[in-house]
Amino acid sequence: MDDNVIICQCEDVTWGEIRQALEKGYTTLDEIKRVTRAGMGRCQGTTCRRIILREIAKFCHKSIEEVAIPTFRPPTKPVKLGTLAGDDDD
Amino acid sequence: MIKRASVVIIGGGVIGCSIAYNLAKLGCKDVVLFEKNSLSSGATGRCGAGIRQQFGTKMNCILARESIKIFENLSQELDYDIELNQGGYLILAYTEKEVNQFKKNVALERSLDIDARFISVDEAKEIVPPLNAEGILAATFCPTDGHANPFKTNFAYAEAAQRLGVKIYTFTEVKEIGTENNKIVAVKTDKEKILTPIVVNAAGGYSGTIGKMAGVDLPVYSQRHQILVTEPLDPLFRPMLMSFSRNFYCQQTPHGSILMGCGDPNEPKGYDIGTSWQFAREIAQKMTTIVPLLKEVSMIRQWAGLYNMSPDAQPILGEHPQVEGFYMAIGFSGHGFMLAPVTSKLIAELILEGKTSLPIDKLDIGRFERGELIIEPSVV
Repeated sequence: MDDNVIICQCEDVTWGEIRQALEKGYTTLDEIKRVTRAGMGRCQGTTCRRIILREIAKFCHKSIEEVAIPTFRPPTKPVKLGTLAGDDDD
Repeated sequence: MIKRASVVIIGGGVIGCSIAYNLAKLGCKDVVLFEKNSLSSGATGRCGAGIRQQFGTKMNCILARESIKIFENLSQELDYDIELNQGGYLILAYTEKEVNQFKKNVALERSLDIDARFISVDEAKEIVPPLNAEGILAATFCPTDGHANPFKTNFAYAEAAQRLGVKIYTFTEVKEIGTENNKIVAVKTDKEKILTPIVVNAAGGYSGTIGKMAGVDLPVYSQRHQILVTEPLDPLFRPMLMSFSRNFYCQQTPHGSILMGCGDPNEPKGYDIGTSWQFAREIAQKMTTIVPLLKEVSMIRQWAGLYNMSPDAQPILGEHPQVEGFYMAIGFSGHGFMLAPVTSKLIAELILEGKTSLPIDKLDIGRFERGELIIEPSVV
């Protein structure tokens, strides 16, 4: 994969950045999130998580099932603070 | 794995990694750090990331001031951009009691060369134009307070420590601490045993568990604190907005997202780091009142982490009087990240030189028995 390929579209994280994190020894999704911000944007990793899991598995010579998945953090979809506060018509 | 070390540090958060770095920087060549999960997986990677100097005791002001000085050069020192953003802390006074306390705090801070000011509501509005001033009586502002990226600060310290020879083992859990005649002799992990005369307890929320392994009861407990973050936005306001009486903090990061959190006075002690919709609703209600335009902004994630609380909400630093070689940097009570740069330097000095360049003796564990608790008026 070319280093300039964008893996996490929400946070603009390229394959090059993820590859460097892997090579530094950050080989869990939690660590890669923390080092690169991949998966921390608006979609919360729904787009890039599978790609990164696949690449971690490849890099570590593991199957995808063996790679730890980070905690799911609510909400599933973005929610307006006004709605959460309860004074919105939505 | 190596069999012997001069110092074993337990905990791969910012406290443990910064102590490892400072020990190595002072010339200690064989430092080993154990982390049961990944680096920054505990309280550091879950914290609000604020850094402030506005405190109400002389010691805290000095420690915080020196910590900021280190933060200011840390990206350069560690060769890693920690995204320091000095947008200030704007602390809002909603009660007369706060007004009086803040006047005293500012006088103290200014006497210690901290650039804090007591300001009017109009001045606060100038600094944060979208602020709803209703109920605000006055505020204090210190422009050199701010925010840094806790993950990056943590990794920066860890990588710099490793370049100086520190060995960091992640996904390695400490199971036992060996002592002989009340002296530390070894640490046993889920993988191997390592001989060492010195252990540093930097285990944050789990520091009490580590204490038990060394045979001592530490007067700390853990308590969940929750945070949420919004989608990234164009710059809206720079400082951290904070209130003690209304119980909130809120800041836009350089990345554009807005972090907000509050404590829950009814939160039980324990290790729960789950999240609750009640928290999300409560903080959304507070912050959309204080900054009304946030109503249209979306929350994208919420999470929780553990405060490691001490009886006076101040850290416990130094060697345990009953176990020779058992050092503690625990009980930060929500201020571990902001105090890490200075504390780690002082703990490293204490371990290697037996004395510190700034006094931390009042933060020893013996203060609770002596009844010399530190009364800091400006903590949540």
